[in-house]
Amino acid sequence: MSGITEPRSTTKRVLQANIWLVYLFFYAPILVLVIYSFSDSRNVGAWGGFTLDWYRDFGDSSAAKGALSNSLKIAVVSTIVAVVLGTISALALERFTFRGKQVFDALLYLPIIIPDVTMAVMLLLFFSEAANIFGFSKGFATITLSHIAFSISFVSIVVRARLAGMDDKLEEAAVDLYATKWQAFRHVTLPLIMPGIIGGALLAFTLSLDDVVITEFVTGPGWTTLPVYVFGLIRKGVTPLINAISVVMLVASMGLVALSLLTDRARGESAEIE
Amino acid sequence: MTAAVDIKGVTKRFDDVYAVDDIDLSIADGEFFAMLGPSGCGKTTTLRMIAGLEFPTMGSLKIFGEEVGTLPPNKRPVNTVFQNYALFPHMSVLDNVSFGLRMNKVDKTTAAKKAHELIELVQLSGMEKRRPSQLSGGQQQRVALARALVNEPKVLLLDEPLGALDLKLRQEMQGELKSLQRELGVSFVFVTHDQEEALTMADRIAVMHNGKLLQVGTPEDIYERPANRFVADFIGQTNLLDAVVEDDDMIILENGTRLMAPNPLPPGTKVAMSLRPEAVDIGPRGTVPAEHQKTSLEGVVESMTYLGHALDYTVKIGWIDLEVRADAVHAEQRFQPGDEVAVWWDRTSDWVVAD
Repeated sequence: MSGITEPRSTTKRVLQANIWLVYLFFYAPILVLVIYSFSDSRNVGAWGGFTLDWYRDFGDSSAAKGALSNSLKIAVVSTIVAVVLGTISALALERFTFRGKQVFDALLYLPIIIPDVTMAVMLLLFFSEAANIFGFSKGFATITLSHIAFSISFVSIVVRARLAGMDDKLEEAAVDLYATKWQAFRHVTLPLIMPGIIGGALLAFTLSLDDVVITEFVTGPGWTTLPVYVFGLIRKGVTPLINAISVVMLVASMGLVALSLLTDRARGESAEIE
Repeated sequence: MTAAVDIKGVTKRFDDVYAVDDIDLSIADGEFFAMLGPSGCGKTTTLRMIAGLEFPTMGSLKIFGEEVGTLPPNKRPVNTVFQNYALFPHMSVLDNVSFGLRMNKVDKTTAAKKAHELIELVQLSGMEKRRPSQLSGGQQQRVALARALVNEPKVLLLDEPLGALDLKLRQEMQGELKSLQRELGVSFVFVTHDQEEALTMADRIAVMHNGKLLQVGTPEDIYERPANRFVADFIGQTNLLDAVVEDDDMIILENGTRLMAPNPLPPGTKVAMSLRPEAVDIGPRGTVPAEHQKTSLEGVVESMTYLGHALDYTVKIGWIDLEVRADAVHAEQRFQPGDEVAVWWDRTSDWVVAD
C-alpha cells in the first residue's frame, strides 16, 4: 500500500507547493504595490511610515483625473460598439454560411495575433491618410476606433464559444412555437449567450483601460489616457503616486468583475423565484 | 375528408444527396402515424419539411388542404416535440409551456391558465417553477409534449421522442402517448427507428429507406405482408429464403425444394420467402401434419436458446439456417442440438417478396 501512496503524496505535495509558487508569482508584486502606495517616502523602494498623501495627490492632480476620465469615456464607448459588432460577427460565423466566411473568420482574429506595435503603426498611417482626406484630427475618435478594432476579436471569440455550446435546436423550437426570427433571438438566443456577451464586454473594457502602445501612437492633444499618463510619469521618476493610481485602477477593475458575478447570480436567483 | 398532411412528389436534396426522393404520403386527421426507418433514411427530413424547418426542393406539401411548401414554421398549424426535447434551459417549466401562447399574443392570464391545464394533463403539477435541468428525462419529455400541445396544433410532430428514455420509462410513455392521442384526436406524426415502438403505437406506418418510401400500411400489413425484402428484414425478425417463382401457388428454393407460397408474380421471378420464427412449428421427423406437407422442411437442430417464455431453435436446413421460435409452455417436446426435426407452417403465414 505504502509503495503506492508514497509517490502519489509526494506528487501531490509538489503540485501544492507549485500552486503556492504560482500565487506568489502572481500576487506578490501586487501586494508590494499596494503596501508601498501607503508609504510616506518619495523613494518607492523604502518604507517611510503610513500615509494617504499619494491618494490625496491623485485626487488633487487635475492631469491624473483628466486622464482617468478620458480612459473611462473611451473604454465605455469602445466597449459598447465592440460588443455589438463582435456579437453580430460571432452570430454570423456560428449560425450562417456565406461567401468568404473562412477569410472573414481568419481576418477577424488577426488583431489578436499581430503585435501591438505593428497594429499601432498601421492605425497611425491609416489615420494620417484619413485625416488628410476627411480632415479629422487625432484624439477621442481615433483612440476609440483603435480600441474597437482590437476589442471586436476578443468579444467575438468569447461570444462564439458560448454560441457553439448552445443547442441550435432551441432556436428551431422557438420558431416552431410561433416566434419570429427576431423573437427567437430575443427570447432564447440572447439570454443564453448573455454570459458570453458580459464576459466579452468586461474583457473589452479592461483591454481598453489597459492599452498603452496603440493609444500612445494614435492619441492627440488633450486625450491622454490613464495608462499613457502613468507611463509618462515613470519617465520623470517613479514616486508612490504611481502606486496609488495603480491601486485605484486595480480596485476599480476588481469591483467590475465582482459586479458582473453578482448580477449573474442575482439573475439566476430571480429567474428561479419568478 | 381533407388529409391532415398531404405530400405529393416531395423531394429534398442537400447538394448532391437526395435525403427524400419523390415521396407521396397522405396522413389522415386523427391518425397516429409512424415514420420508420434506419438512421439517414429521410424520415426526420420529411418531418422537418412538415414542420417548415426544411423546405422541399420539389413537390407539394399540404396541411389540411393548404399548400405550405415554403411557409416558415411559425406560420404553420403544427408543433414539434424535438429529439432531446430542446427545452429552453433558462426558463421555468411554466414559461416553457406558455412560450408558444405568448408568441401568439394570447393574453397573459389565458396563457397561464392554459399552460397550467396542460401541465396538469401531463401530470407535472407542482413543478411549474422548476428549470428543465431540475427534471428527470421522463419529466422533460412531458414538458416538451405540453409545450407543443398547449398551442392546439392540428398536427403534432414527434422526432424520436422516446429515444432518450430508458426501456421501462419508454414503454410507459408509449402507452401514455397513445392514450393522449386518442383523447385529443389530433394527428400525431411520429418518427422512430424502433420498429417495435412503431408497431405498438401507430395506426399506420411508413417505412423509409435511402430517401424512398418503401411501404405505407397498418402494422399488420407491414409485419405480415411486407412489400419487399428490406421491409421484411427491417420489421421484426424473419427468415428470408431465396427462391424462384414456379407458378401462382408454388416457389422453388435454391436446392430444388418446392414449397407452397401463393404469389401474384410471373414464373421465373427471383423472390425471397419471408417466414417469421414464431410462425414455424417444430416436431420430430415424420410428424408433419398432412395439410402442411407442402409447407415443410427437414433439418437438424443446431442450437437452442432458452428464453423463459419461449425456446429459440436454430435449425440447419441443408444450405441455410432457419430460426424457429417455439412456445415454451405448449411445446409437447423440447429438442437438443443434433436432433433430427421437421419444421412446418401455415400456408398463409409465409410471404413472398420480390428481390
